[in-house]
Amino acid sequence: MKPATEEIWSWLDEVPDPEIPVISVVDLGIVRDVAWDGDTLEVAVTPTYSGCPATGVISMDIETALHDRGIENVRIKTRISPPWTTDWLSDTGRAKLMDYGIAPPRAAGGPECCPRCKSTNVTRISQFGSTPCKAQWRCTDCLEPFDYFKCI
Amino acid sequence: MAEVDQAQLFEFLCRMGDNTLVLGHWVSEWCGHAPVLEEDIALANTALDLIGQTQMWLGLAAEVEGKGRSADDLAMLRDVWDFRNVLLVEQPNGDFGQTMMRQFLFDAWHLEMLGALAGSSHDQIAAIAAKSVKEVQYHVERSGDTVVGLGDGTSESHSRMQKALNLLWPYVGEMFAADAVDNAVAAAGIAPDPAALRETYDARVGAVLAEATLSVPEDGFAHKGGKSGFQHSEHLGHLLTQMQWLQRAYPGASW
Ligand SMILES: [Zn+2]
Repeated sequence: MKPATEEIWSWLDEVPDPEIPVISVVDLGIVRDVAWDGDTLEVAVTPTYSGCPATGVISMDIETALHDRGIENVRIKTRISPPWTTDWLSDTGRAKLMDYGIAPPRAAGGPECCPRCKSTNVTRISQFGSTPCKAQWRCTDCLEPFDYFKCI
Repeated sequence: MAEVDQAQLFEFLCRMGDNTLVLGHWVSEWCGHAPVLEEDIALANTALDLIGQTQMWLGLAAEVEGKGRSADDLAMLRDVWDFRNVLLVEQPNGDFGQTMMRQFLFDAWHLEMLGALAGSSHDQIAAIAAKSVKEVQYHVERSGDTVVGLGDGTSESHSRMQKALNLLWPYVGEMFAADAVDNAVAAAGIAPDPAALRETYDARVGAVLAEATLSVPEDGFAHKGGKSGFQHSEHLGHLLTQMQWLQRAYPGASW
């Protein structure tokens, strides 16, 4: 019997993002669709940045997780349109990012506050951070640098 | 609208993909060598974006060509005369200032081009452009800021930036000069007429260069021959010997 897609979504929600393991690939909003095509499960994945080195690993992790659940035939479809946007990050994902020390993206183009001390006195160090999706910011109160997940 | 000849569409896609491939490779050479850590990281990220965009453009080019070649085959197994990038992006890194000037002059064009391509009559091209343009907005913001910072910096950084501008400016014109391939894709609503992007480009670039206290060379001479493949500069061959070495020495090698 084929598992229902709702159940599959809950399994995928346990697959961590390889670079930010506190959030799942579902929280990140890159899993766009899960559907059965005969005996094959088709999972549509939208990459974050074109050059994101994690994209290949993410597809592999999804396949492995589904194989472990007994689904034999998995087809990952890369879907680039519409392009991924940080608006697709789930609210749970945003909260987890903040707890982890990464300020979640905001339409205003900068972090709301320092993830560590919650001060709103923050300043940008560089628009590019440790991965393509992050910028480097610093808190001017506790003086700690932190990552900001930038809008795209 | 006119139907496009598939051979010309292939040429156009190679131009887009070769621009990002060649520039992405040059920029990646800065990894571990940039003057400060933040710049090192920013350059590496920019290179990654460009190489990622290359995979999409050359992947589509290979599909359109229909001869069973892959994006990797196009990137790693073609020789100089088959490359279709503009001459600007194959100019060497030089010093950090020259790298950033080259980046800005390209980014400003790239942004306008991708913005127009996002409305392409060709769905796959529109999708690749819509995705890439978001990344390029970050590239141009940073390269523009750096050109201003260095141009309007110390007398040493100013003179180096002016030298870089004088060196690279003659390569700007090629991006806006239409040929048969450009005309064919424009007639089919696939891509804009390159000349139509010039006004916005000049406005953006002019504003940044003015803020950077740099003067645009008055001589309007423009080199050409890169995107047609007719006459690449010597630098492209040197770049390919580095980039393609592994696939040439160990054909078919993979991770
Ligand atoms: Zn703080």
